[in-house]
Amino acid sequence: MTNLTKLTIAGALNGLSKGEFTAEELTEAHIKATEAKRALNAFITETPDMARDQAKESDARRQAGKAGALDGIPLGIKDLFCTKGVLTSAASHILDGFTPQYESTVTANLKAAGAVSLGKLNLDEFAMGSSNLTSYYGGAVNPWTKTSDPSAKLVPGGSSGGSAAAVAARMVMGATGTDTGGSIRQPAAFCGITGIKPTYGRCSRWGVVAFASSLDQPGPMARTVEDCALLLGAMAGHDPKDSTSAPVAVPNFAAALTGDIRGLKVGIPQEYRPDGLNAEVSQAWEQGIQWLKDAGATPVEISLPHTKYALPVYYIVAPAEASSNLARYDGVRFGLRVPGTSLDDMYKKTRAAGFGKEVRRRIMIGTYVLSAGYYDAYYAKAQKVRRLIAEDFTKAFQTVDVILTPTAPSAAFGMTETTDDPVTMWLNDVFTIPTSLAGLPGLSLPVGLNSDGLPLGLQLIGRPFDEETLFKVAGVMETAASFTAVPEGV
Amino acid sequence: MAYVIQGETGDWELVIGLEVHAQVISKAKLFSGAATEFGAEPNSQVSFVDAGFPGMLPVINALCVEQAVRTGLGLKAQINLTSVFARKNYFYADLPQGYQISQYELPIVGEGTLLIDLPDGTTKAVGIERLHLEQDAGKSMHDQHPTKSFIDLNRSGVALMEIVSKPDMRSPEEAGAYLTKLRTILRYLETCDGNMQEGSMRCDANVSVRPVGEQGLRTRCEIKNVNSIRFVQQAIEYEARRHIDVYESGGDIRQETRLFDSGKGETRSMRSKEHAHDYRYFPDPDLLPLVIGQNFVDGIKATLPELPDDKKARFMADFGLNAYDAGVLVAERASADFFEEVAKGRDSKMAANWIMGDFFATMNSGDYSWEKPPVTAANLGGMIDLIKDGTISTRLAKDVFIFMVESGKSPAAIVEEKGLKQVTDTGAIEKAIDEVFAANPDKVAEVKGGKDKLMGWFVGQVMKATQGKANPAMLNELIAKKFKE
Repeated sequence: MTNLTKLTIAGALNGLSKGEFTAEELTEAHIKATEAKRALNAFITETPDMARDQAKESDARRQAGKAGALDGIPLGIKDLFCTKGVLTSAASHILDGFTPQYESTVTANLKAAGAVSLGKLNLDEFAMGSSNLTSYYGGAVNPWTKTSDPSAKLVPGGSSGGSAAAVAARMVMGATGTDTGGSIRQPAAFCGITGIKPTYGRCSRWGVVAFASSLDQPGPMARTVEDCALLLGAMAGHDPKDSTSAPVAVPNFAAALTGDIRGLKVGIPQEYRPDGLNAEVSQAWEQGIQWLKDAGATPVEISLPHTKYALPVYYIVAPAEASSNLARYDGVRFGLRVPGTSLDDMYKKTRAAGFGKEVRRRIMIGTYVLSAGYYDAYYAKAQKVRRLIAEDFTKAFQTVDVILTPTAPSAAFGMTETTDDPVTMWLNDVFTIPTSLAGLPGLSLPVGLNSDGLPLGLQLIGRPFDEETLFKVAGVMETAASFTAVPEGV
Repeated sequence: MAYVIQGETGDWELVIGLEVHAQVISKAKLFSGAATEFGAEPNSQVSFVDAGFPGMLPVINALCVEQAVRTGLGLKAQINLTSVFARKNYFYADLPQGYQISQYELPIVGEGTLLIDLPDGTTKAVGIERLHLEQDAGKSMHDQHPTKSFIDLNRSGVALMEIVSKPDMRSPEEAGAYLTKLRTILRYLETCDGNMQEGSMRCDANVSVRPVGEQGLRTRCEIKNVNSIRFVQQAIEYEARRHIDVYESGGDIRQETRLFDSGKGETRSMRSKEHAHDYRYFPDPDLLPLVIGQNFVDGIKATLPELPDDKKARFMADFGLNAYDAGVLVAERASADFFEEVAKGRDSKMAANWIMGDFFATMNSGDYSWEKPPVTAANLGGMIDLIKDGTISTRLAKDVFIFMVESGKSPAAIVEEKGLKQVTDTGAIEKAIDEVFAANPDKVAEVKGGKDKLMGWFVGQVMKATQGKANPAMLNELIAKKFKE
């Protein structure tokens, strides 16, 4: 029954409810796929036995007529979510052996909806990266390859690279991701799948290892817009344990996929068309605009004048918060401890051994920008500019309903193509970061392949807590694009 | 009289500001649901939030906010309807998150005033700079193991109010009076138990000196974590003299943090400014700005108890007490209540004297508390009634008081049982006088010969003969009359 891995979540739920197959069969098929594709290094920890138990329980629930919204659906969990009794690593050496005694709100919500977890997925260390190469466990591999060089391994993007690779390779039907500056959307685009970073506050951050608290937001990754809508519906909701979680109701996101976008105004920001933008990315964008026009929407040229400051602002705010959030990894209470001659010596040795280069770089930057004498010039100023960036969007949304942009400036790149210049790597998130700074929802969906056979994604940006419009527009684009390509061997 | 220290070069005055950390009375911690009870088994009151585990998030405890506002109102201070929690970043083994959640630029309480009561009965206003809420750290124990330190996180995350005074105090006594008064107010408000031994109230003192007449402030030193009012005063005095010695020998004071060694009675350097932490304060992104409504503040205001200053003024006005007595009685809400109960409808001066005399002496000498006083207010009041109506003399009352302490019985029952009713029967007293006179004819002659001093001896003898029960006024009168016969 290998074709069980080809189903969408919506399709599988249908099959389960009709009794065409059981959750155990569905789970087993995905466990097999996981084993067959270990070379992709998408998982840090596989939990097949737990998955089988959960599937069995799911079948029993369904028999009893008590099936939840996602009952029996095998998912993967980004290894940034704390999972009770299962190693939670954040892809960092410093969390060696850390097995939480608690379950994050988002994964607990998914469990409550009946979902089955196949294990913990690879990511950039502490979600800091756009390639998955900063993982202590080695980078996950993109299941897609270039037609010009099929042997060259490509990155799946990051930081939710393991999630994107596992979904694209049909190892899991969907996955959780987290997005701080593009960590759901960019890997979704690189791996030809759909992912949404919800509005900041839509999903609880409780139990998610923190990177940058004011930006981090969990979200779903799956192969269709509808699947993302189903997953988000189960993940989202107000959580009194997270003070930044918004007390707003969770709508039926899937119901928003009406296919009707007539009269909708779609903003096309001129600032996202820099000189030298990749021609194929630009073409995909033009194509996307045309599809929306054909469906009765109206493209509107807009300006988001502070866009150019987004990247520098992000690389002040996010490292600043990270430098503080990561202070707790000190070798005292959990994870790695390298003994030292004094407390300070233990700190130094533990943190030097436990954190990778990119994490250390961001802690250093963050510590610097918060230091006495530099705070006003960097952090305080960055926060002011962040407000201006958010105001750009507020103004734009007075005239448009949704904004369409490319997700990333390029398709996936090779695992060995990366440069030592961190800024080049950071540019991957240039189109996704402004949305994050403004706390807005952003969705990436695949719209086609470039001339080298690699998927390209477009991003839809919406008003705060208006994920429904994103799903509606994305659904229309998904139909128009009819993106049916799959990676080699899937 | 201003307090000055005479140096070799002239007179110096002190400039003192105090930072008090007061533990908020609350069953749960500031940002977690863990318990706060003192004295529990180490690490038995710790949530994953308090232990800084990955993915854990703080959620503000509304009761702690209410307590901070209540304290602010008690200090007649500005309440800030919007305040912001910030992270104070530093590494230490008993600071699990690697930062303390505190308030920096926008504290919940702004400027206020505290009236301190000085020994001469005058008062002085000391400015309050601010009050903010913050988390306590855990406790490091370095004496449990030869090479390791042990950490107890029970205290980690407990809510503290940091109350910062303006540098308005000019003597160790004023600093002591400030702490005493602040403690009194906190206890009245029931926002902190003020227990310095258990560490629920801790004090840092900022001290500098300047020649009398000099304007502006000189470099200050901060003396950390002094755990009694007496030690605070000692530390300030020592530190001030140290500054004067340094200045007078041509040196300069460096800004630094110092520790007070109560055994040696001296302060010593803990860390200098060059080694001071850069705390990298920034608004905590896990918490939204704390916004409270004016109606929330007004609701708390409506439930404030009568505060010590108001109570003192009322005791002086309504009961005719002097400033000193009123000040002593209002120092604790319980003692003020006790006084009011005893004094109600009675001679208030007499009530005050008995409470501040025999009652306090007994209270301090044994295992008593306000919940379990040596004598109830009703019994003490009843005893005063017996004095007033002449049933017992003040002298007899002292005995009745002791019997009340021992037995807990009512004064009327004791007087009845022990036959302590004073003798006001002229005949009985005269009879006793006659007996004493008859037994001591020589002394009678001496008095009659002009040796008046012996009169007192006769009074004592007759009192003894009546087991102290003779009405003293009548006795005096009758003896005088006898000698004139």
